[in-house]
Amino acid sequence: MAINAVGREIPDFIEGYGKTKLFQGAFARKPEGNIAGPKLRCVNSDRTDKRVSGVKEAIIASGLKSGMTVSFHHHMRNGDYVVNMVIDACAELGIKDLTLFPTALFGVHKHLIDHIKSGVITKIMGSVNGPIGQLVSEGGMDVPVVLRSHGGRPRAVMAGDVHIDVAFIAAPTADQYGNICGTQGPSACGSLGYAFTDAQYADCVVAITDNLQPFPVSPVSISQVYADYVVEVQSIGDPAGIVSGTTKVTRDPLRLLISRYASLLIEASPYFKDGISFQTGAGGIPLAVTAFMKQAMIKKGIKGSFGLGGITGYFVELLREGLVEKLMDVQSFDLDAVRSIGENPNHIEISADWYANPWNNGAAVNMLDVVILGATEVDTSFNANVNTEADGALLHGTGGHQDTAAGAKLTIIAQPLLRGRIPCVTDKVVTVTTPGEVVDAVVTEYGVTINPKRKDLIDACAAVKGLPVVSMEELAARAAKMSGPTDDIKMTDKIVGVVEWRDGTVIDVVRGLKK
Amino acid sequence: MRRTMLYLPGNNPNMLTRGYLFGSDGLILDLEDAVAMSEKDTARILVNHFLEQGEFGNCEVTVRINGVDTEYWKDDLAAVVPFKKLNGIRAPKVDTPETVKILDEELSAIEDKNGIPVGRTQIFCLLETAKGIWNAYDIACASSRVAAIIPGGEDLTADLKTSRSKEGTELEWARRMLVFAARAAGVDPLDTVFPRVSDDDGLRQETEFIKQLGFSGKSIIHPNQISIIHEVFNPTEQEIQKALKIVNAAKEAAARGQGAVSVDGRMVDIPVVKRAEYVLQRAGLSEVK
Repeated sequence: MAINAVGREIPDFIEGYGKTKLFQGAFARKPEGNIAGPKLRCVNSDRTDKRVSGVKEAIIASGLKSGMTVSFHHHMRNGDYVVNMVIDACAELGIKDLTLFPTALFGVHKHLIDHIKSGVITKIMGSVNGPIGQLVSEGGMDVPVVLRSHGGRPRAVMAGDVHIDVAFIAAPTADQYGNICGTQGPSACGSLGYAFTDAQYADCVVAITDNLQPFPVSPVSISQVYADYVVEVQSIGDPAGIVSGTTKVTRDPLRLLISRYASLLIEASPYFKDGISFQTGAGGIPLAVTAFMKQAMIKKGIKGSFGLGGITGYFVELLREGLVEKLMDVQSFDLDAVRSIGENPNHIEISADWYANPWNNGAAVNMLDVVILGATEVDTSFNANVNTEADGALLHGTGGHQDTAAGAKLTIIAQPLLRGRIPCVTDKVVTVTTPGEVVDAVVTEYGVTINPKRKDLIDACAAVKGLPVVSMEELAARAAKMSGPTDDIKMTDKIVGVVEWRDGTVIDVVRGLKK
Repeated sequence: MRRTMLYLPGNNPNMLTRGYLFGSDGLILDLEDAVAMSEKDTARILVNHFLEQGEFGNCEVTVRINGVDTEYWKDDLAAVVPFKKLNGIRAPKVDTPETVKILDEELSAIEDKNGIPVGRTQIFCLLETAKGIWNAYDIACASSRVAAIIPGGEDLTADLKTSRSKEGTELEWARRMLVFAARAAGVDPLDTVFPRVSDDDGLRQETEFIKQLGFSGKSIIHPNQISIIHEVFNPTEQEIQKALKIVNAAKEAAARGQGAVSVDGRMVDIPVVKRAEYVLQRAGLSEVK
């Protein structure tokens, strides 16, 4: 056991994970060596059609065997049919002991629980939430899940920490030679950002589509040079679960109040000037912050440079109105975003590597001025937990939380002080996902709480009328007073999850729940 | 200032806890219409505890009690009046000056019993019937406790045997009458609620109208209405600058022993200065240099 830089005890070796590297600081670890690569392949003019007749045939052709690693992207979100379809087929073919390496899993994937119980899937590297999270937290898997950020995942692949044997790519549109497009077809999802790394680094790439079009399709997200096989199926997803309709700004007064405070903080910061870049995501508070910022930008005549990350129709509106010059889109959340990325050259599709990987020649997050994030809880050292619930159960993947916090000049965590009776500010978070050293401010309905290392922001906010500044000690005391005492979480010794920092070091481990 | 007075249901701890955070000028902890009959005791006990332990920021705190024609009103007063955080009570269905006198007597008794200076608790009168509106001036003058009179919305409309329209035609005369009565009596005229909580444009329009009539503010039922009403009531930067100029010029003139003075080619006399001072007061600029 050793203590890492956020004070967490990390074993030197974790069964099913291997030797650990201790988190030593957000920017401490530097890479060594070369990028790991996939198998070399050769396709000549005698093969002009990569189609196979079905998913099972593709699995057989790919050479997938028990014990291998399969990857998936999550652009189909809760409408996804592909993960369940492929794993069902693996089970029918008698393939077992698979490592599942998705970019994220959703509620629709609870179907996999039977395959976990029967041993088809024995390891998961990726987010586990809902019923699968509960199963893992209660010790339902022998080896721990590994949680990585959106940038940490491509880093792990490129560094050789993870080797993808077969990548199955849900393709809204494809041709018979494996050119893939995300913006067209009945299951259009817009950006295919998370799938790029898998296409580039897997030994075998299978495109699964419900909209096969003549060669060559255009526009192309992922080109034919990566695809080994193409499978046509009836449907790859339920459009209602893939993209939402129009994303609307919340009317909830508490969330609007928090958003207004966050916006006032941004306006007071040195970054609120021409060329500002920001990422605000699709949640209720972030979207409302964007709406308040929009008003302020118009009032002060400020124009932004780019919006980053998961893109909503609201950001598309900012682009159309000239309030941002570009959108850099790793994931398109709604129909407006899907339409826009297909039509507007200033709406750019970016890969997860481009978006957030700490080990390339510079990710997009490095150019970010402001990011608005959420968290299940934050502690008095500004460490944030997004992985586990207050009761200790695995709840969420890490997403871009670590990457944007590390990259942005101003990282804001905006959330109500309590969720029901559960305090969101505590003395010690259950799990550290993102270290306090990269979190600049916490915004609640009681005002802004600024990391003491950002004295410049404390001074800037002190001058703002109508923006209460609350110290972290005061905020934590208020949360404790309002919620009353909470019971300690009863955990087992078994490690059920390993939380990696984006550089591959271990920032925390998640232990099992006592039943 | 009483630009916005936010109703909070007295039986909702979540809203009672956070109500003050939204920045209204006042809060109305409601024991009357927002609370079902079966919840009357619960709400009274909860509001009693909140007045003892809760936070209200800089808000003026009032409690809307049940009407004097119900069995609850005396218990309501006994549960809330003893607390220092209470500024006043909002009394529903005040039709005549006698209602104010009944309340005045009961308040005095409770204040006396609890060692509170008699007369401290203010009364905000809701005039929810045609008779109440007709008696507005007498009601406003019925006790030195009366701080404001407020027209009813739904109840008054029902009493007028009409319905509530988007334009508010049916309430127009009552509103004008109420402003005259309040100003004549030296109390605040406060407007009724705007019920369509997601109609921001409608709220802005109505607020502009009632501000022009002379109202000091509005009762509200949703926190999202606060910023819109404040925007309407807050003087613009241009208005503030003009008012500053007038007040400063008047001060200088007074120092020189002159009565009237000219600012930007316009004669500035006492009413103009008074109006300018009111603008600065609304802008939160009490000290003028």
